[in-house]
Formats: sequence, structure tokens, C-alpha cells
Amino acid sequence: MSGPRHTLHVVSGKGGTGKTTVAAGLACALATRGRRVLLCEVEKRQGLSELFGVPPLEGDEERRLTRTPAGGSVFGLSIDAEDALREYLETFYHLGLAGRALDRFGVIDFVTSIAPGLRDVLLTGKVYEAVRRGVKQLPTAYDAVVLDAPPTGRIGQFLNIHDEVSGIAKVGPIRSQADSVAALLRSRSTIVHLVTLLEDMPVTETEEAVSALRGTGTGIGTVIENMVNPSPFEPAVLADVAAGAVSLAVPGWDAPHNEALAAEFAVEAARTLEQQVRHDRLLRLGLPLVQVDFDPLGIDVESLFGIAEQLTDQLALEAA
Amino acid sequence: MRTPTGGRPHATAASAPSAPFLDVDTLIGDRQVEIVICCGSGGVGKTTTSAALAVRAAEAGRRVVVLTIDPARRLAQSLGLGELDNTPRPVVGIDTAAGGSLDAMMLDMKRTFDEVVLTHSTPDKAEQILANPFYQALSSSFSGTQEYMAMERLGQLHAQATADAAAGRPAWDLIVVDTPPARSALDFLDAPEHLSSLLDGRFIRLLLAPAKGPLRLMGVGFTLVSNAMNKVLGSQILTDVQTFVRACEAIFGGFRQRAEDTFARLSSRHAVFLVVATAQRDALREASYFVDRLTEERMPLAGLVVNRVHGSTLDVSAQRAAALAEDLDATAAVEAEALRRHADLMRVTEAETALLDRFAAARPDVPQTRVPALPSDVTALDDLRQVGTLLADKD
Repeated sequence: MSGPRHTLHVVSGKGGTGKTTVAAGLACALATRGRRVLLCEVEKRQGLSELFGVPPLEGDEERRLTRTPAGGSVFGLSIDAEDALREYLETFYHLGLAGRALDRFGVIDFVTSIAPGLRDVLLTGKVYEAVRRGVKQLPTAYDAVVLDAPPTGRIGQFLNIHDEVSGIAKVGPIRSQADSVAALLRSRSTIVHLVTLLEDMPVTETEEAVSALRGTGTGIGTVIENMVNPSPFEPAVLADVAAGAVSLAVPGWDAPHNEALAAEFAVEAARTLEQQVRHDRLLRLGLPLVQVDFDPLGIDVESLFGIAEQLTDQLALEAA
Repeated sequence: MRTPTGGRPHATAASAPSAPFLDVDTLIGDRQVEIVICCGSGGVGKTTTSAALAVRAAEAGRRVVVLTIDPARRLAQSLGLGELDNTPRPVVGIDTAAGGSLDAMMLDMKRTFDEVVLTHSTPDKAEQILANPFYQALSSSFSGTQEYMAMERLGQLHAQATADAAAGRPAWDLIVVDTPPARSALDFLDAPEHLSSLLDGRFIRLLLAPAKGPLRLMGVGFTLVSNAMNKVLGSQILTDVQTFVRACEAIFGGFRQRAEDTFARLSSRHAVFLVVATAQRDALREASYFVDRLTEERMPLAGLVVNRVHGSTLDVSAQRAAALAEDLDATAAVEAEALRRHADLMRVTEAETALLDRFAAARPDVPQTRVPALPSDVTALDDLRQVGTLLADKD
């Protein structure tokens, strides 16, 4: 595959769609032989450490979460806006005493909570810095950065940093930082993926997010349909099953057992048909669709590798 | 009574811990209960639970208003409401035979905030506040504002109900509140406090402080702070903040007072909290945090609603079903697929049961009700009635 190599993958989705899991799966998929991938979370949830079963990620540490079967490494970073602001002040202004005074007066809290967009500039600023290490070819560089971003309801605003901040900061370093971040987000190195379930509300939110994102200048990569239960049957067969028109005959079972199984399967078939309708709606977005199968055993590190494999098969991942 | 030798006749050591049943019909039938708050992390079905409970209470004879905070307009769809609207509107199609009624509304956070500003300041000042960039940010994007405004709106609805009742008009006697879609269930309890402390913080007081007098000593530190801020953010920001704070000064006190009143009302016997979750690790972890926090603060917790619980009436294990499916040949493709699906369903059921049992064992006093996964999306009033029946059903 040719085409632009994306170094920043932003993953969003409605709450409850498995956004964090898919972001982690994507990071594993990108971590092929010898490659280093950074997986970032920005909402202070410690979802990554829970998912990988490691102690919480503190401060600005970038810790290895796992080595992948493909021979790469996934590192984790939990970004906190207040820490980022403190670090920023320390790095660029050497504000030792004044920095502590800011904290003491509650300014850090005030600024990161109220100043519009500033929080997002600080959060994405850390991501920007991690991506830039690759450009500068530093030893701590990553081959790709995956961002577990805020949910779809907030993603347009989150990525539209430039406009958000311009109302407040017209000049100064924060403004130039915002401009640099905005340039990265609009560049061909950045791509957004949206995670959804094949249910009505998540699909509606995905449609809304796509139109919100089309105004930001950030490229949309794929829509990832999560927890899909694929069926080997044609819709016509499923419709018959759903309508209760198919009776089952499992060898050795009596009628009540066969009927109970048929009733259960009818519900499943109806759900599969509804999923097909949602899938058709998503097709109309004109974006590549990728499916991740439902895992009845739940999610752990091993199943993340399974998700990574499915993503690798379906996405043209620009691996080394 | 002492049991005879031989010990426990009803339970064996292997039996799973079972939580007490959360009886929502008793809850909504209790006229002392005036406010029900549904909390939980994002994506667990809070809105559906709130709406279903509201419909059920209304059809059982309560005069209900349901307040939802919902940018995705989900409740609107299931309640047949069109526009996002800050005003309660009657829901059409409710069975009023028992003397109840149902109104529904969705919180418009910015509008509620604007109205508060307009009500509590002079027209000049209000205009100044509404145009300030910090106010605009605070009222539309600060993550705590939704929770704060939900409290504000809840307080208003309650006041209206009390006034209507006192005047002999038809009045709501039950308010059902759906909480904002938070990253964490605790945000609902924490965010209003966070906003209050921001608006009442040392920084704000410094901005408001006169340059002379007893506070002057603090001025040295403040100069340091404001210089640092000017350096990083540009000087116009600080001016904007100062303008904003001065302009808002008068209404802050009122905000805090009303938030405290509402909070006090929530701690009384007239309010109950329902924690909503699904039988998933993340959702139950959030539910545990929330339950512990409510207990700690002595807030009235009614119990846990577990949505989208899987189960089967077919008593065939996952292993058995999978093995049977494997033995079938191509002529029985439908049977094989049905068995594979059943095996998946049993695996999900086992995992969920294990998680719920663990929750019940750790918090044996928290009543639970489990709502089975529905075959399709909730989009109509009848769907909400069905969810209500499942909520109230013990099995």
C-alpha cells in the first residue's frame, strides 16, 4: 500500500461502544516488528492500565504496556491537563516559584477548567510533542501515536482547537502552541477513526460526528463497527428464522428444547438483521468500514491481540 | 429460632450470594419519594431507565416530570418529543386512568445558565456577562456546568411543583432526573462542588480584592501570579477574567446557595438515588465507586439497576452446545449456527453472573434489579412500558 503514512491515529466513539478497547487494539496492530507505538488517554480514567492489567500510569511516565506477538511494543501515557500545564510552565518559562504560586492560588485549576479550549490545547499539546519526536528523530521517538480521544459528542470541538482558543488567546505562546497543534491535526499525518456499535443511537452519533469533523479539516479514516456478530446466512434465511418460520431438529433433543433454541435464535436473527440495516446506514457515509467481532469471553490483553489481527486484516496498516 | 443440628437448610456453601431485590413499584408508589435520580457512567442506559420509570410511575397514578440531560435526543425519540427544549411538555399517549400524568423536558444547559444570569442581575450587567468569552465558555463547555445546571433546573421544577400544590393547581409529585453523560458516575456529585470552589476560590477573591487594605499583603504573590499568567496567556485574558468575575460577583452567592439547598433536598427522605450499570466490569466498577460515595455521604441510595443482562431459558451449557454444533454436518447448518449462538450467549451470561455475584458479595445491602437485554432498540412509548415491566419484575 502506498499513500500517506499516518503517525497520529485519533480514536473516538460514543460512550459504551468500546472506544478504549478498539484504540488499544489499533495500537497493538500498529506495533509490528520493532515498532514503538504510544497509546494516550486524555480523560484521566486509567482505562488503559485497567485494560492491560498494569499499575496506574502516573504523571508524565510513558511505560511499556505490552509487547505484541508481532514483535513491537505499545507504550501508555495518561495525560492530565493540570500536569501538562505545570510541565509546560516549567519547561518553557522555568517558573519555579511562580509556578508553585499559581498552584497555591488555584490558578492552574481555574485556567484548565474554565478557559475554553485551553484544556484541549494542553492535552493535545502532549500528543503533539510525542509525534514531533518522530520528526526530530529523537531516541524516544514513536512510529505511531494512538489517542483514545473524548467521545463523539465532544470530538468536533476537541479537534477544532484553533477556533476554540482564538476567542480567548489572541497572542502569546498558548496561541502559537494551539496553531502548531491545529496544523498537525489538519495535516495528512493525522487520521480520525470512529468506533460504533450497530445500534441506532451510536450510529446516529457517528453520523453526527462525521459531519462535525468534515468542518474541522481533519481527515477521517475508518468507521469501526465493534462487537459485531457476523452470520453465515443470507438475509432471507435470517428473516425466516426471525419470523419463527424455521423449526430446528437438534439430534437427540425433544420438542421443547428445540423450540426454546429456535425462539432464542429468532431473537438473535432479528438482531442480526437490524445490524445489517445500521451497517447500510454507515455505508452511506462513504468511508471505509471495518468490523471487529463480538468476543463472548470479554476483553483482556489476549483478546486485544485478536482485535489487532482483525484490524490488520481489514485496514491497510502502513506497517514497516 | 435456633435451627436444629445440621445447620443451614436453605443455603449451601456453593450457592451464589444474592442481593436483595430492588422493588421499583414500591419506590414509585411511596408518596414520600418526590425525586428519583438516576446515576451511572456513560452508555449504560440511564436515559432509558429514567424514561421507563417515569412512564411507569405516571401510569401508576403519579404526576411525573422527567428531566433529562441529553445532547443525543434519545429520550425525545422514545417519548415522541420533537425539539430539544428547556420546558416540560406533556407526553402524549400516557394512560391517565390512575390519575397520573407525564411531562418531559431536556435540559438546555446554556439557556438555563443565561436565564439565571438574566434573573439575578440588572439588564446592563446581564448583557456584559452574556457577552464575556469566559462566561460563554463556562456556560457551554465546562464539564461541570451540565451537572450544576441540572441541579439548578431540578430546584426550579421542585419550586414550581411546591407553588402549584400550594395554590391548589395540578402539581407534579415526582421528579425523575437523568444525570449528564459523564465519563465517571461521580461527576454528578463532584462537578457542582468543583464549579462552586472555582467561583469562590482564592484566585477569584484575589481578582476581586481591592489593591489596598488588609488584603494588600497577598498582593505580592498575586503580582507574581498575574505576571506569570500574562506571560503565558497574553494580558487580555486576565482582563477578560476580571471583567467576568466582577460582572458575575452578585450572582455567585445565589448560585452556591441554591446548589446547597438542592443538595440538602437530595439528602432528605424525599429523594432517592438509583445507580444504573450494565453487567460489565467498567460499569460495575463505576457503580461501586458511586454506591460507596453515596453511603459515605449518607445520601439515600435505593439500589442498583443492571441493564442489558443476558440469560437463556434453555438449560444447555456453552460447552455442550459448542460440542453439539461441532458434530453436526452441513445439512444441519441452521441448527449448528443456533447452537453456536447459544454457546456465546451462555458464555456472556456466565461472565455477567460472575461479575454481578461479586458485586453482591462485596455490597450485600445494596438491592438490585436486573433488566434483560432487549431484542431491539427502545424507540417508542410501548418499548418504555416494556422496560418498566422488566424493571419491576423480580426475575
